[in-house]
Amino acid sequence: MSGCIKIKNGLNIQLTGEANKLLSDLPLPEVFAIKPSDFPGINPKILVKAGDEVLAGSILFFDKNNESIKFCSPVSGEIIEVIRAEKRKILEIKILADKKINYLELDKTNPDELGRDEIIQSLLVNGLWPLIRQRPFGIIAKPSETPKSIFISAFDTNPLAPDIDFIMQGKNNENFQTGLNALIKLTNGKVHLNIDGSKSSVSTFSNAKGVVINKFSGPHPAGNVGVQIHHIDPVNKGEVVWYVNPQDVLIIGKLFSEGKYDATRIIALTGSQVSNPKYYKTVIGCSVKSMLNDGGLKAGENRVISGNVLSGSQIKEDGFLGYYDSQITVIPEGHESEFMGWLAPGLDKFSMSRTFFSWLNSNKKYTLNTNLHGEERPFVVTGQYEKVFPMDIYPVQLLKSILIEDIEMMEQLGIYEVVEEDFALCEFVCTSKIKSQEIIKRGIDIIQKEMN
Amino acid sequence: MLLRKLLDKLKPDFEKGGKLEKFYPAFNAFETFLFVPDHTTAPKGAHVRDAIDLKRTMVLVILSLIPCLLFGMWNVGYQHHLAFGISDTPIFDNFIFGAIKVLPIVVVSYISGLAVEFIFAIIRKHTINEGFLVSGMLIPLVMPVDVPLWMVAVSTVFAVIIGKEVFGGTGMNILNPALTARAFLFFAYPTKISGNEVWINISSEEGKQVVDAYSGATPLGDAAAGLADKIPGVWESFIGIIPGSIGETSALACLIGAAILLYTGIGSWRIMLSVFAGGYIMALIFNLFGLNTLMQISPVHHLVLGGFAFGAIFMATDPVSGAQTNTGKYIYGFLIGLFAILFRVFNPAYPEGMMLAILFMNVMAPLIDHYVVAANIKRRLKRSNLKQNA
Repeated sequence: MSGCIKIKNGLNIQLTGEANKLLSDLPLPEVFAIKPSDFPGINPKILVKAGDEVLAGSILFFDKNNESIKFCSPVSGEIIEVIRAEKRKILEIKILADKKINYLELDKTNPDELGRDEIIQSLLVNGLWPLIRQRPFGIIAKPSETPKSIFISAFDTNPLAPDIDFIMQGKNNENFQTGLNALIKLTNGKVHLNIDGSKSSVSTFSNAKGVVINKFSGPHPAGNVGVQIHHIDPVNKGEVVWYVNPQDVLIIGKLFSEGKYDATRIIALTGSQVSNPKYYKTVIGCSVKSMLNDGGLKAGENRVISGNVLSGSQIKEDGFLGYYDSQITVIPEGHESEFMGWLAPGLDKFSMSRTFFSWLNSNKKYTLNTNLHGEERPFVVTGQYEKVFPMDIYPVQLLKSILIEDIEMMEQLGIYEVVEEDFALCEFVCTSKIKSQEIIKRGIDIIQKEMN
Repeated sequence: MLLRKLLDKLKPDFEKGGKLEKFYPAFNAFETFLFVPDHTTAPKGAHVRDAIDLKRTMVLVILSLIPCLLFGMWNVGYQHHLAFGISDTPIFDNFIFGAIKVLPIVVVSYISGLAVEFIFAIIRKHTINEGFLVSGMLIPLVMPVDVPLWMVAVSTVFAVIIGKEVFGGTGMNILNPALTARAFLFFAYPTKISGNEVWINISSEEGKQVVDAYSGATPLGDAAAGLADKIPGVWESFIGIIPGSIGETSALACLIGAAILLYTGIGSWRIMLSVFAGGYIMALIFNLFGLNTLMQISPVHHLVLGGFAFGAIFMATDPVSGAQTNTGKYIYGFLIGLFAILFRVFNPAYPEGMMLAILFMNVMAPLIDHYVVAANIKRRLKRSNLKQNA
């Protein structure tokens, strides 16, 4: 175990509505959906139609750009609808789930006895490959490439983030280790398992073998995998690093040890608008409706987010959990206009600066709504992003290089090391209300287009 | 709320298709001034935001300037009465006298500047930015008290148009707008902003120039003339009971402002610290030579004289015209301090070097940032080359 890497720049946003450490035994919801939009850059070719019966593990569609990458159904049941937008773009593939999930039976194998190519084939054919993503760009890993290392961030520092140690408690450590063993075969370098240095982790993580365990401490975004990669094995031009969510390592492990695609995921229902926030055991792609009913939404206009408040996506109250998310957050919308709000003392307003008197009470937890608190402006204030951006990258200069679409400059300034979520805090603290994550997304799209 | 209802009623006229559509930026400025708008975050990205916005930021900068303004008003009155040989005027009387002289300058600065801002916003269909709220306060504070009001108006208009709008408005300008105004005045009407006549109001109520022999020179003017015994002491200069531009004389008032800026996290401590460090070191070097009066002034004394403290705290720290990278800020600030003392010592015609030092470094700031960023790029390239060779 190496020493603790201390992240200095960052910001913890203390919000009300943290999930209680209780695991609800709510039955699985009836409807599930897989959303191709969860996978940036893919071009889905659908293989099923409404009325088809599927098992958990049946392939639903594949990527036309890379036909070996397949996406499978997380549950068994009947395809009820394929929702399309303009130009027949697929938005959701909805599945009405059976009461009890029937799994497509797959071969049980031991990854230790398999070669690299066999493991890759197994993950591809059985539709688990999309669980593995890559930097640069934060897209599904390319099976043809070999990553220089693989990263797993075993803690989440986002606002109201689920406690992954709590999620992993009582899990089968062997399945997790099997998953790690499979991943170890995929890289020439190391598999890095990054844990929270400020506390002791569950045995699943601390007893993991064959991997490098790194400790990180400090404020958010210490738990973001991008920050961890930057500090341990940064991505240079032409290099690739893969990363996997800890719960998904478990799913990969079960593919080999149990011979099935068990997409079970424990998620946290959080946010100030949830009366009884807690953890739920569910499956990837679940409808959030029954959970929201169970947790109880407070009155008023609410925004439901799959993911966290900094980088998640808004979904409807009967929407579906994102493929990579393990958190649902519900916060109030902020449609009110506030009289002379810029002059008010602001005891209940959260700000990284001490421009509101709320700094008098530093331990306070805040209930934040979706109000922008101002209008968008050009870049004026400087030094603000740097306070929350723990990478050796100039964030404002990188954003500006994207705005002028200077590809060479983007490369030089570190576009390969960042994805949207790395700029989430910059976007949060920005005085000028600039949508940095949208700009980064644009930059990533430009670079990818250029490379193809 | 009544006001809200009124705005909602008027709004359709200003929106697209309304009869007053052209004036939407103006309406928008008033509306957002009265109400923080109801805009919400996008469905993807950061769903919650920090409560700070540019209006809040600018208001706090103005707040931090208030001590300088208030002290300046008092000092204008005090210096005036002192010129007549009355040194025991009640504080309040001094203050009132100063306020009568200073407030019109403030009003003229705001009206002329905001008028230009509104006209540009309407012509170019962009929102009205908050930047001028601060510039409008800074301009009066760097003016001599006897400056004619029309000159304030002309230099403000010049500063907003040439200093800011031609570059695209707030956030795009290269030079500090308030200093642009002062520089304009300095070069266009030098008699009104230099020499010994303008720093103290010495016209009496009867309209005659009473004290012919009275020298109203600033301490730096005296120093440049070699009158070492006429320079006020460090303590006096720190408090600011000396002639000079309206808001710049009191280092104490400036420091109160600095405290507000630094505590709230708005001002850059990197720039402030390095300006003072640069000035201190340059003055120290000159002390070693000590060839003339200005060279003999002690470093601390240099820092509290003239506009040094005011410039370091309120002008050099302008985020738009200053260096933007953290490393760049140290270099930028240090050189401002250095050049300010250098100009002060070697330019006897105009012994106040702060303005020129800041404007010069405003121009140099992008270059500094360029090299700081280039170093980062090099570091990243080296990292990848090391890998390849390993």
